[in-house]
Amino acid sequence: MERLAPAKDRLLKSEKNWMNGEVRGKIIVFLCAFIMIAATISITIFLGQKGLQAFIKNGVSLIEFLTSKAWNPSNQPNPLFGALPFIFGSFAVTFLSAIIAAPLGIGAAIFMTEIAPSWGRKILQPVIELLVGIPSVVYGFIGLTVLVPFVRNHIGGLGFSLLSGMIVLSIMILPTITTIATDAMSSLPNSLREGSYALGATRWQTIRKVLVPAAMPTLLTAIVLGMARAFGEALAVQMVIGNVSKFPHSILDPSATLTTIITLNMGNTTFGSIENNVLWSMGFILLVISFAFILIIRYLSSRRKF
Amino acid sequence: MNSKTADRIATGVFVAIAIIIISLLVGLFYFILVNGVKQISFHFLTSPSSNLVAGAGIRDQLFNSFYVLFITMIITIPLGLGGGIYMAEYAKPGKITDIIRSCVEVLASLPSIVIGMFGLLMFVTLTGWGYTILGGALALTVFNLPVMVRVSEDAIRTVPRELKEASLGLGITHWHTVKTILIPSAFPSILTGAILAAGRVFGEAAALLFTAGLSTPRLDYSNWNPFTATSPLNIFRPAETLAVHIWSVNTQGLIPDVKEVANGSAAVLVICVLIFNLLARTIGSLVYKKMTATK
Repeated sequence: MERLAPAKDRLLKSEKNWMNGEVRGKIIVFLCAFIMIAATISITIFLGQKGLQAFIKNGVSLIEFLTSKAWNPSNQPNPLFGALPFIFGSFAVTFLSAIIAAPLGIGAAIFMTEIAPSWGRKILQPVIELLVGIPSVVYGFIGLTVLVPFVRNHIGGLGFSLLSGMIVLSIMILPTITTIATDAMSSLPNSLREGSYALGATRWQTIRKVLVPAAMPTLLTAIVLGMARAFGEALAVQMVIGNVSKFPHSILDPSATLTTIITLNMGNTTFGSIENNVLWSMGFILLVISFAFILIIRYLSSRRKF
Repeated sequence: MNSKTADRIATGVFVAIAIIIISLLVGLFYFILVNGVKQISFHFLTSPSSNLVAGAGIRDQLFNSFYVLFITMIITIPLGLGGGIYMAEYAKPGKITDIIRSCVEVLASLPSIVIGMFGLLMFVTLTGWGYTILGGALALTVFNLPVMVRVSEDAIRTVPRELKEASLGLGITHWHTVKTILIPSAFPSILTGAILAAGRVFGEAAALLFTAGLSTPRLDYSNWNPFTATSPLNIFRPAETLAVHIWSVNTQGLIPDVKEVANGSAAVLVICVLIFNLLARTIGSLVYKKMTATK
């Protein structure tokens, strides 16, 4: 018959197991947190290293890449790598869509918080949530089948244009702006409203002179977040913008953005060739600009008052 | 113009904005559902797609979408939960926590095409797998992880302090408290958040273009061995999901009935996302009622 271990040993052993569980849990959780840091750093390093290859290994001039309007990578023996039309296209659709979506989004937020806080919110909140849920390809597809023919027949041009891209994007970023703007407005202390009304201001005067200025940093954050989303959107824009590598001269001209050129050409170019490497450089630009958006948001939220 | 009139005009403008947004949503859904639902039939959902002839279905794409989603969630939920527990329970205020918080923020705001490019570099080229379901799922994990971390962190933070203090007061260790008190109490909100995140993953296409590919091999649905090439369960095969399919038939499709297929696929996609939204709401409150015995 096997002799039982002394009570002292058994207790020590069980305590050891118990401690092991504790330590194991801690290790697992720390590992999960570490994975996030690792993912961020590896994305930056991998894309950075690959994105700089066009300039270091293939000898593409960085100045030409950022400032030239001529893009023709397959023009032998003198390929042209001017990405300015795409950089301009990206910024153009981003700003134009923000110009449309910002007033609508902030207006909707004010409607939900100031004009009709009870029933208005009950209706608009689910509407906004449903708009978030529609996948971006579906927006692109509707843009392609409804908006593009509409622009072609009623406004002019080919239909595939900056205008179509901008409208699709503004609908896509509307929920982002509205949600954050609503949070901003509803977190304002009620004493602001009461103070303004007590001084005899009308509702519009209160909104314009008191509430919107007070919520301004967060409202700007909302717009910047919307712009960040618009800047990185690929497929929906690609389906409606026409993808022409010429510099657009009017809002009805077809155009292209960094994301659409990457989407279109990544599959058709050989991995490691110059044509392919400049696409990675564009991806790196996207990464850098999304870092820039984060810095802007950081700056804005440090100025938040409420 | 006196201030009373200005006030009335402004109110009118705000109401008009609300009406514009509501009619936008109604218009979008009307278009998707009216055009799409009539394309959906048993045949459409159960026959394989074709690159050339009309009348093909979306069977494989639909299966791929759910399968990629499933693999993604299997990877994301434990990682996101672990990250959330760390942020809510173990993170001490300081430099490292700030860095992790910034990393979550950076990952959340990365354009999905950039994540797709990273996936192409890391999970397609570097590993030598080629276009695979696993590569797609890992790319979507990068895309989804920050959402899951935030959801779990918020859910754990909203568990009442007293519960945790009572557990620690009984001499239970920290990790055991997390395991047996905090996670079960936070479970309904984590589940709701996870299902909502699943809806977002389900409709994602840009991150999958270069990681899971634009094609699906011929699948044999009677083959359940995940290690054979024709098995639908094989995670090392290319897989075109439904969202990617909508994009590819519209931009590179040669089939004569692009409109019909795209309309039908868009409707299926939107209906699935709607179901995810509804599920998130109902299951969350059901589980909450069951676990807390509140009415």
